[in-house]
Amino acid sequence: MAELDPITLTVIQAALQQVCDEMDLAFSRAAFSPVIAEANDRSDGIYAADDGALIAQGVGGLPVFVGVMEYSTRTLIEMIADGRCLPPEPGDIYIVNDPYLGGTHLMDVRFARPVWRDGKIFCWLSNTGHWPDIGGSVPGGFSASATAVEQEGLRLPPVKLFKRGELDPEIHAIIASNIRVADQRIGDIKAQAAALMVGEERLCALLDRYGDDTVLAAIAELRRRAAEQMRARIADIADGVYRATAHVDSDGVVDRPLTIALAVEKTGDRLVFDFAGSSPPCAGPMNSVLATTLSSIYLAMRHIFPDVPLSAGAFEPLEIRRPEGTFLDAHYPRPVSGCAAEVSQRIAEAVFAALVQALPEHVTAAPAGSSGNFALGGHDPARGRDYVMYQISGGGYGGNSDHDGLSNGCSTIGISKSPPIEVMEQAYPILYRHYALREGSGGAGRQRGGFGLAYEVELLRGEARASFVMDHGRFGPQGVLGGADGGVNTVTVWRDGIAHVPQHLSKEQDIALKPGDRVSVGTPGGGGYGNPRERDPALVRRDVALGYYTEAEAMEKFGVTADLLADDEA
Amino acid sequence: MDEKNRAGPASTVAGIDVGGTFTDLILIDAASGGRVRLAKTPTTGANQAEGVVDALAQTGFPVEAIDLIVHGTTTTTNAVLERRLARTGMITTRGFRDIIELGRRTRPQPYGMTGRFEPVIARDLRLEVGERMTAAGTVHTPLDEDELRAAVVRLRDRGCEALVIHFLHAYANPRHELRAAEIAAELWPNDHITMAHALLSEAREFERGVTAAVNAAVQPILQRYVERLRRDLRGKGYKREFLVMNGNGGMISAGLVAREAAKTVMSGPASGVMAAAYTARRAGFGDIVTYDMGGTSTDVAMVRASRPAVSNEIEIEYAMPIHVPMVDVRTVGAGGGSIARVNNAGLLEVGPESAGALPGPICYGRGGTRPTVSDANLLLGRLNAQKLLAVDGAADLDTIGDVFARTLGAPLGLDATGAAGAVLRIGNLRMAGAIRMVSIAKGHDPRDFSLFAFGGAGPLHACALARELGIPRVIVPARPGITNALGCVVADLRHDFVRTLNRPLADLDMAAVQAILNEQAGEGRDLIAREAVRPERIEIVHSADMQFVGQTHLLNVALPGPAVERATLQALFEKAYFARFKVKLPEIRANLVNLNTSVIGIRPELDLSTLIDPAGRADTLAGAQAATRPVWFAGDWLDTPVYAREQLPLEARIDGPAILEQMDATTVLEPGDRAVSDGDGNLIITAAKA
Repeated sequence: MAELDPITLTVIQAALQQVCDEMDLAFSRAAFSPVIAEANDRSDGIYAADDGALIAQGVGGLPVFVGVMEYSTRTLIEMIADGRCLPPEPGDIYIVNDPYLGGTHLMDVRFARPVWRDGKIFCWLSNTGHWPDIGGSVPGGFSASATAVEQEGLRLPPVKLFKRGELDPEIHAIIASNIRVADQRIGDIKAQAAALMVGEERLCALLDRYGDDTVLAAIAELRRRAAEQMRARIADIADGVYRATAHVDSDGVVDRPLTIALAVEKTGDRLVFDFAGSSPPCAGPMNSVLATTLSSIYLAMRHIFPDVPLSAGAFEPLEIRRPEGTFLDAHYPRPVSGCAAEVSQRIAEAVFAALVQALPEHVTAAPAGSSGNFALGGHDPARGRDYVMYQISGGGYGGNSDHDGLSNGCSTIGISKSPPIEVMEQAYPILYRHYALREGSGGAGRQRGGFGLAYEVELLRGEARASFVMDHGRFGPQGVLGGADGGVNTVTVWRDGIAHVPQHLSKEQDIALKPGDRVSVGTPGGGGYGNPRERDPALVRRDVALGYYTEAEAMEKFGVTADLLADDEA
Repeated sequence: MDEKNRAGPASTVAGIDVGGTFTDLILIDAASGGRVRLAKTPTTGANQAEGVVDALAQTGFPVEAIDLIVHGTTTTTNAVLERRLARTGMITTRGFRDIIELGRRTRPQPYGMTGRFEPVIARDLRLEVGERMTAAGTVHTPLDEDELRAAVVRLRDRGCEALVIHFLHAYANPRHELRAAEIAAELWPNDHITMAHALLSEAREFERGVTAAVNAAVQPILQRYVERLRRDLRGKGYKREFLVMNGNGGMISAGLVAREAAKTVMSGPASGVMAAAYTARRAGFGDIVTYDMGGTSTDVAMVRASRPAVSNEIEIEYAMPIHVPMVDVRTVGAGGGSIARVNNAGLLEVGPESAGALPGPICYGRGGTRPTVSDANLLLGRLNAQKLLAVDGAADLDTIGDVFARTLGAPLGLDATGAAGAVLRIGNLRMAGAIRMVSIAKGHDPRDFSLFAFGGAGPLHACALARELGIPRVIVPARPGITNALGCVVADLRHDFVRTLNRPLADLDMAAVQAILNEQAGEGRDLIAREAVRPERIEIVHSADMQFVGQTHLLNVALPGPAVERATLQALFEKAYFARFKVKLPEIRANLVNLNTSVIGIRPELDLSTLIDPAGRADTLAGAQAATRPVWFAGDWLDTPVYAREQLPLEARIDGPAILEQMDATTVLEPGDRAVSDGDGNLIITAAKA
């Protein structure tokens, strides 16, 4: 075996990364579901043969999947070893979406395919795609009031969807009979499988070029070095315990906030994450499964240190105490649909809020941190058909040591674009009354938070039902180091001209609408960073001139005087 | 255009490209049998016209005897990237003025919750008026004309020079935008009024709005520039209208260009791709990946069957989409200035950080202190140290070697040479990966392609990259450093039209499809009839952007003509889809999203055989050898022959290792690479296998 010099190591690292990036590209380009094709709600990676440890993952993959596939691959390997799952043969692809077997919510469907070399498994390739529907009580799967996983959709243990390269028609038929708009899913299934084939082809070319043993040795060494890199980053943090809390408005069923209590203890080159004191498992769908909780910490750390590569080694210095007995470690049959979209973002917020104390230059104030799911399902009499519409939306980012937060940024755990409103109006019987920057919502600070979004949708034809799974309706995204919280999420439903505010503020299911009824949403602004009174008055004046804040707001939030605002020297 | 003032096919043509550093000129003199004159002058920042006039003067050719000047300019590109834009106002549908500021809920990078974004038009210059169309194109709220007048006056009085009218669903029914523009024209002091639907008639309010905003904000700047240049050229005796390169790879009269100024934003890179396609076609190669490497970035494009891919969806920087048809040039953030460092895991990284033009690589002597790819090329003998370091104040090789040894070699356990070799290896690997992602990885077999290398640094790395990419062949044109200017000379006249239908194929009225395609072709012919140059013939290319119902990505399908049968269209789409994705989906229906027509005024074929003066050719290869110097290849210093590119004999065969030097580019052949020079002065290199 060749000597592993640092250059060969870098070459192999880049090549492994390239394999993953090309899998991501192949998956998105061939996918049907806009959630995957346009919103990139998918991820592809390479996992170790023995324990499923993450070897490399595409940089364009959805952040919340960063750690998840490692756990799902590991579970699959264990289940094959103890006979709960049939052993693989060349050409087989397993499908699984069970949240409790290393997953997120049911809509995130994982495929896994072993790469064979000389009759043995060299590694696993796996990918996850968010399917637009997986059955269950509400179209799209985001029930705000499910109380058991069975209400959320079809749950698949790991089974072979492809056997020796061929799609198993029986398993496909079972899936197709249990999900909505099934006819288009065959396109996504083929795209998801094709991405793994692309990965295998590229990976084998790499192995042929450098030799299997050299690549294996490089993988081990890269893992060791990624751990070192993360340790070096951690070593810069002052020893101590950094505490933070974050709140989920409610679980959608019981109207009471859920608390995430986080203590991050830094000693030497390790960080210990402890969620003791967090709320117990909840009745509604705001539970998180362990894999998602871990993944949320990883993605938050990656947001803080974007230069540390995505590999199992980078996670080694992070010791996460299993949050048993809390809603962050839910077991069957707790409902979990909100875990990937909302709870994960509150976990990330807690990590940011704890570590900004130690790393004020690297961490921002809290971002809006909600996917802003608004679903509308109904019947369009003009077209004689049923429809389900989703509006996802962004919000303000937190200020940071260098600049103000972005407005209408993507969710912390996502990278997906929101759909154009013209396209939404073409497809559904709705009319947007406005779609605007939400003035006043950015949290005041030396660097203020970015602004959320304000939109209002009117139903034009037929009857429909509106559902919301959002968050931050009760508590705005946290300001830090003296900065103020961002504006809270608001939902108002106008029926016959009468305003209805959901009891749980950010969550409610199946609100009946008639033509002319309207839904009005304001998404959260980002938290402010630093003392607002230290903000450059010229910037406050500019914010007022641009209409971001009224004069009265500027005086109250930033402590400026009317004279200062009138001063047009700047 | 007056017929006697139109330049005919056989004429003397000058192509002038203004790049970031140099203004390049190529003049082909028909009267003297196609003699080529070249000029290179420094780009004049404040007024690019000065550099253009300087370049013309440098040729010594009488300006009044030039029949046609074709110009590529970075005026609009720089204006956008540096945000030196004209003060511009926007009037939108009530409730929607923030569309261009909100974007599509994104962030600049997948990881890291930071980043900035400044909209092209500031919020206080975006006003709303009462009006609303529905998605079906029916009027929901009539246009409030009084409110509109008041808004126009307010923006005018606030000093706006250009105006955008951007109403929802105007692509479906433009009546309100048309009426608003009519009213605005009565009040506005100039004709810089952009109706968003006129530039891009398709759904997607953010992309359409930004495209229109960019157009308006660069329009006055381009207009002023064109007028100044026209005046300066007249002063030198050039009486005709000159032409300007557009981002679609075609050219357009200077008098018409400002109307759709946004189309010039990618004109330089597009021009280079046109020249590459043209040059490669003459050499017998239709399928190429173009590779133009500069100091801070590298432009890559795909050409199939000698036709550059055109895209309507280019994003020139974060949240800055310009959705007009442009040659699909993708920019990769790696170049000669990419900085190398050892990260805290002890691994070598090359880029994405760049030393840029300032301070630049250490070897430029402009204050750069960090090791770059260019410095590595110099240390390894690939670049000529004597030539490069002749610059005043340039660092010497020892200084550069010390930096490599200290900052890279020590942590990696290598000497300066080993470190420089590693920088090239990793740099090439990263660049090859990035090139793959924007070209080959989209479903192509690299073995079908040639790598067409140009720009100052392209030919230095091309053979190594081709090997990494699995591309068997490299083409280095006669004049790699003036490819963009050559593009101006060989480009055709071109107008592109897009019409969005977005309907299942089964529901389409095929007679209407034919009518739309014919209408687009007619409009293009009319525009070309108004141009300052007469083409040899007109070519019309029809295509359809299609998808399966439920998909969002589009696949472009070439159409045989305007009268196309439904069944043929279905079959063409399925064939194209299978070719790209290796997937058949008989279960799902096809959807037709856009109908496209390109009307191309083909210019007469140009002879490129004099790009390198045949009189300068040596009789033998040995006669072209200038020197021998040690060059480092994969672990060894090899005594390597250095040839003067201009003196290579016709059909010379050169086996690597070898270095070929010319005024503004250096080509490296590594051991095992084999080159032949052809009649147009191209090097056709067969790259050794990996």
